[in-house]
Amino acid sequence: MTPDNFGISYICLVSSGALKLAATRHFGRLAGTGVVLLGAAGAFLYLGGWFNPEALTPARFADGFERADGIYSGFRLNHAKGVCVSGSFESNGRGTRLSKAVVFKPGRVPIIGRFSLPGGNPYVADEPETVHGLGLLFKLPDGEEWRTAMIDTPVFNVNTPQAFYDRLFAAQPDPKTGKPDPEKMAAFLVSHPETVQAMKIIQSHPAPSGFDNSTFYGLNAFWFVDGSGISTPVRWSMVPEQPFVAADTAAAHGDKNYLFDALIASIHQHPLQWHLIITIGQPSDPTNDATIPWPDAREQVDVGTLTLDRVESEDADSCRVINFDPLVLPEGIAPSADPLLSARSAVYSQSFTRRAGEKKLPSAVTPSEVQK
Amino acid sequence: VSMSPATEQRQFTVRMRFFHWLTAAMVLTMLGIGLAMVASLAYYHRLISIHRPLGILILILVVIRFINRRYSTLPPFLPTMSPRERSIASASELFLYALLIVQPLVGWGMLSAARYPIMLHGSLHLFPILPHNVMLYAVLRRAHTVLAYLLSLTILAHFGAVLFHSWVMRDGTFSRMAPWRVRAH
Repeated sequence: MTPDNFGISYICLVSSGALKLAATRHFGRLAGTGVVLLGAAGAFLYLGGWFNPEALTPARFADGFERADGIYSGFRLNHAKGVCVSGSFESNGRGTRLSKAVVFKPGRVPIIGRFSLPGGNPYVADEPETVHGLGLLFKLPDGEEWRTAMIDTPVFNVNTPQAFYDRLFAAQPDPKTGKPDPEKMAAFLVSHPETVQAMKIIQSHPAPSGFDNSTFYGLNAFWFVDGSGISTPVRWSMVPEQPFVAADTAAAHGDKNYLFDALIASIHQHPLQWHLIITIGQPSDPTNDATIPWPDAREQVDVGTLTLDRVESEDADSCRVINFDPLVLPEGIAPSADPLLSARSAVYSQSFTRRAGEKKLPSAVTPSEVQK
Repeated sequence: VSMSPATEQRQFTVRMRFFHWLTAAMVLTMLGIGLAMVASLAYYHRLISIHRPLGILILILVVIRFINRRYSTLPPFLPTMSPRERSIASASELFLYALLIVQPLVGWGMLSAARYPIMLHGSLHLFPILPHNVMLYAVLRRAHTVLAYLLSLTILAHFGAVLFHSWVMRDGTFSRMAPWRVRAH
């Protein structure tokens, strides 16, 4: 019996009984049954957000990205342009005093990573001043994973999901001029002084010339939990072994993939390395606001070295099929109360689900480009 | 107390009633969490962290419950139920069992196909049961939603039928599965 047949015969049965009873003294109780059932269904639909069409849900967030940047079949809703990399992380064991996570025990674990540029357009041209992204997946020997998605700004420019969403539209180019409407952004900044502060900090750091000499920041705070259950607030960053070179505004030369091409050439020359630096927060340091930096004097621990020695086009699928959800964490690393974290996890998941079911368009950085 | 066959067992066994109400509480909690989780940015992570282990607990519980049901004596149907209604009740029971076993397996399968680590508690996690295939993930993820709504509707129909019998017809249907002991008289 199909569920539909079953439902229909059930409804027939109940309604024929109902009709017989409707004419009798049971009508009140019958109506009561209907009210109770509607109430139960309503309570569940309420939980599912059906009566609150204005609330920002993961699906509406994803719709916002698609409205702002367009729909590109098979790509991430944000940080759509990228290449896959792989290598390993060698832990020196110094992280074990802060966290019991297996990743910090001395030894080497395999890494799958992805360098990316922000925005929903996977064919966007590389620009000198653009933000660089790095997603990493640490594959731990016991089957656990640690995933993180970082960018090369020391703080984030918003501190709530709603502000991220509002800023997305405030920064949207006007279809007439092709440029963002300065009035919209000004209005956004008036109501978001934390963004103004964060932008000052971001702009005071000179932009690096490429992916290979970028310092990548985890942005949100997390808790490291040690073997005896003691929690320490931390932030992490990947500091490059490659020397810093400031971005050259004349470097683009009209080459749409020049940042990726430079990364590919440099990985082909020699493995690229970063140090995983853990910054230890003090009780006074905010753990729920990604726009506020912690003081420079905070203790930092170098817990190991990331080596990336292979690069592949996204068309090879090695990283395209991975959701760099920042809340895929091993035991020993726990999320802070930063509202961006749960929202990132929810929206990344929504983005992953959408692109998983879509036909894949070819990546801007093609397999032949990577082999050059 | 009379020991005639008609009155000796009016209720489901204590073990069956225990399993029924435990499953009911867990599944209703699960459906609520599932619905709220896909609509929430702020509570998404906290809810999904409960959703995964609770789903596996339900799968284990329902399998045990199904085995227990096969080896238990059921009370007879009430005379107020027509043969047609009895066959629908039996079919809906089977359908609920099927949904309650398939739904957690689809959840486990879709996380396997997406190669998410299937974390339960601490470092405890499940092994993948399907190959890494994101298209398969997309199909199963959709099936998980469809099955959740189907499960909700089936539970609602079950609840409606019991309410109709017990409250409108007053035939004592509810007392058969009541969590407390109901004496025959």
